Amino acid sequence: MSKRIVAAALMAAALLAGCGDDKNDAPATDARGLPSPIRIATEGAYPPFNYFDPSGKVIGLDIDIVEEMCRRLEAKCEITPQNWDGIIPGLQAGKYDAIIAGMSITDERRQAVAFTQGYATTPGYFVTLKDNPLQQVVIEPPRLNLNEIDPAEQAALDKLKTALKGKTVGVQQATIHANFLEKYLGDSVSIRRYDTQENLALDLASNRIDAGLADIIAWKPFLESQPGQNAKTFGPGLDGDVFGQGMGIALRKEDTKLLEAFNGALTAMKQDGTLKRLSEARAGFDASMP
Amino acid sequence: MLDLLSYGDGGWGDEILRGAGMTILVAVTSFLLGIALGSLGAAGKLARGRLARGAADAYTTIVRGVPALLIIWLLFFGGSGAVTWVAQLFGFSGRVEVDAFAVGVLAVGTVSGAYSAEVLRGAVLAVPPGQMEAAKALGMSPFLAFRRVLVPQTLRYALPGLGNVWQLTLKDTSLISVASLAELMRMSHLASGATRQPFFFFAVAALLYLLMTVGSNAAFRRAEAHANRGVRRAA
Amino acid sequence: MNLDLVIDSLPALMGGLGKTLQLVVLSLLAGFALAIGVAMMRLSSVRPVALAAEGYTFFFRSTPLLVQIFLIYYGMGQFETIRESMLWPVLREPYWCAIIALTLNSAAYTGEIIRGGIQAVPFGQVEAAKACGMSTAQTYRRIVLPQAFRLALPAYGNEIILMVQASALASTITIMELTGAARAIASRTFQPVEVFVIAGAIYLALNFLISRGVRVAELRLNPARR
Repeated sequence: MSKRIVAAALMAAALLAGCGDDKNDAPATDARGLPSPIRIATEGAYPPFNYFDPSGKVIGLDIDIVEEMCRRLEAKCEITPQNWDGIIPGLQAGKYDAIIAGMSITDERRQAVAFTQGYATTPGYFVTLKDNPLQQVVIEPPRLNLNEIDPAEQAALDKLKTALKGKTVGVQQATIHANFLEKYLGDSVSIRRYDTQENLALDLASNRIDAGLADIIAWKPFLESQPGQNAKTFGPGLDGDVFGQGMGIALRKEDTKLLEAFNGALTAMKQDGTLKRLSEARAGFDASMP
Repeated sequence: MLDLLSYGDGGWGDEILRGAGMTILVAVTSFLLGIALGSLGAAGKLARGRLARGAADAYTTIVRGVPALLIIWLLFFGGSGAVTWVAQLFGFSGRVEVDAFAVGVLAVGTVSGAYSAEVLRGAVLAVPPGQMEAAKALGMSPFLAFRRVLVPQTLRYALPGLGNVWQLTLKDTSLISVASLAELMRMSHLASGATRQPFFFFAVAALLYLLMTVGSNAAFRRAEAHANRGVRRAA
Repeated sequence: MNLDLVIDSLPALMGGLGKTLQLVVLSLLAGFALAIGVAMMRLSSVRPVALAAEGYTFFFRSTPLLVQIFLIYYGMGQFETIRESMLWPVLREPYWCAIIALTLNSAAYTGEIIRGGIQAVPFGQVEAAKACGMSTAQTYRRIVLPQAFRLALPAYGNEIILMVQASALASTITIMELTGAARAIASRTFQPVEVFVIAGAIYLALNFLISRGVRVAELRLNPARR
């Protein structure tokens, strides 16, 4: 019939479809005031915390932890993969109720969301290819905590800065590692920001960047893979200060009931050793926080 | 290496194909939305009123002047908020959720519509005005004249241009990968990251896009042939 | 709108704009040069040459630019042989990979535009040139190409604007042009909408200037139409 009528009808249909389903007007809640189902977002590109297996399912330490928590809470949970970039705004917009994505608890993020207690912590490490001249530089001590820097640590930090001067270092966009580079080494290194950890590793393997900085657990799958055989860590393990206070589950600030429930489950899992067990199974060592 | 593409749990073949299916779905929906928006836009541009012309001009200028990637991000981050705000104006309470599919269709459709508007405007102007005059002389109501004289001929002139807009729309769907919609580009990206074989998976994706283009080109050529039956053309 | 955010982010965004302009100008120049070759190959009477040009144009116009960028950047970087070849210093940098992708893509579209322009030049002129004793090369250089460019200018103006838009995709391979800079600020401050709106406004201003410029160029090349 008239093109205009058809067009108008289609437009109306498209707009209505865009307005979302009725079931999403007000998230359903169960008797305890928790959302039902609890929708949890994760990234899916950060092994071994969260990644895709070939069947298209998201798996990993984060998923194991969340499934265990929901089992204890006797709640139904749904996992939604989401790009890292938009993961916090998505939470704020109500697309899901929580985020578990190897996300570190930082003061900056605390301004936007609430966090449960930390469930894992790993230091950040630089990784370079084995034949990179940086590997010749030895820095003591092997771990640097940036919370209160004593003279020995400051010397180590300066040595790191000198060694990396003018080099290209890759990080994942919007991470604590990016923040560290900007704050401590911003004026001496050239920073490359990647959309995913996996792409960062790809470019490191192709020698497009001199070094990469990320969680040691996140490096593990790469270092154990075939392209990663050529790579090695460099320098001390870093934590404290901008590296945040461990990884936590992010929630909207007003969801206090959910926060309580999650914290309760996490405490129980820490006390009976479940968290330690899950971490060792996925990551090969105990990254859990006391 | 072809076993990477196998169907089922061991390989990425089914994910990639499903992604391709989603791509086509988004492209078609966005294209139709674009035609709807484009009709409004063309009508606005051809209107006598300054307000209508200004609004339509603003629409086409802004949407064609800002990168589609930016528009998609804007809608992705701000979409839920904006739709909720609009819904609240209408007295609707509670959060309105706009899922990735809707955001994608809205974004690509808006971009597609701006280009469609130009094509449709040109097509309407290409219909010899004498025809509408003749229709009026014959006593047809404006609506009847619109339906019988203007629309079929507009379609004929618009088809080549709309074919181009369709190609653009199909390719723009790849940008929605940033919004986490499981279409072809995103699935290839995920697969390449997980298997560390970027060339293989992106080449497969390119091949699939090529096939989709070839298919739609053939379809548009048939549509053009049908629309131009009985007409002698210069070329 | 948060005014502080606007002021704070402007330096970074302006830096991004500079990078955007670099990408656009370099890719347009290289793309245009390549496109003249592609157009002439398309019109060649040697069948394999014409087919090769057609295949090239078809591939680059039928696949999304995003796929092309990823194929060139991540795809090429995957192969040992490429990493050890002479091309590596160039392919290693995301900046050059982006320019290569944008150039190849632009050349495909611009090739079609120039071809259309060449074919629109009235054949009588070519005949007259031959009658005057000009060689093919001279005919092209003096008669066909100048007029082809004039005819192609409106369509090419479109292509310039599309190139500005395409440059935004360079942000996906870590290049900090305008969109990339906006994205970095957005993820740091959790205020994506404001930052993207500002970036969008900058793009609009840029495209407005470009359309004005193209229209001035059109008028100057077509004094009869003024």
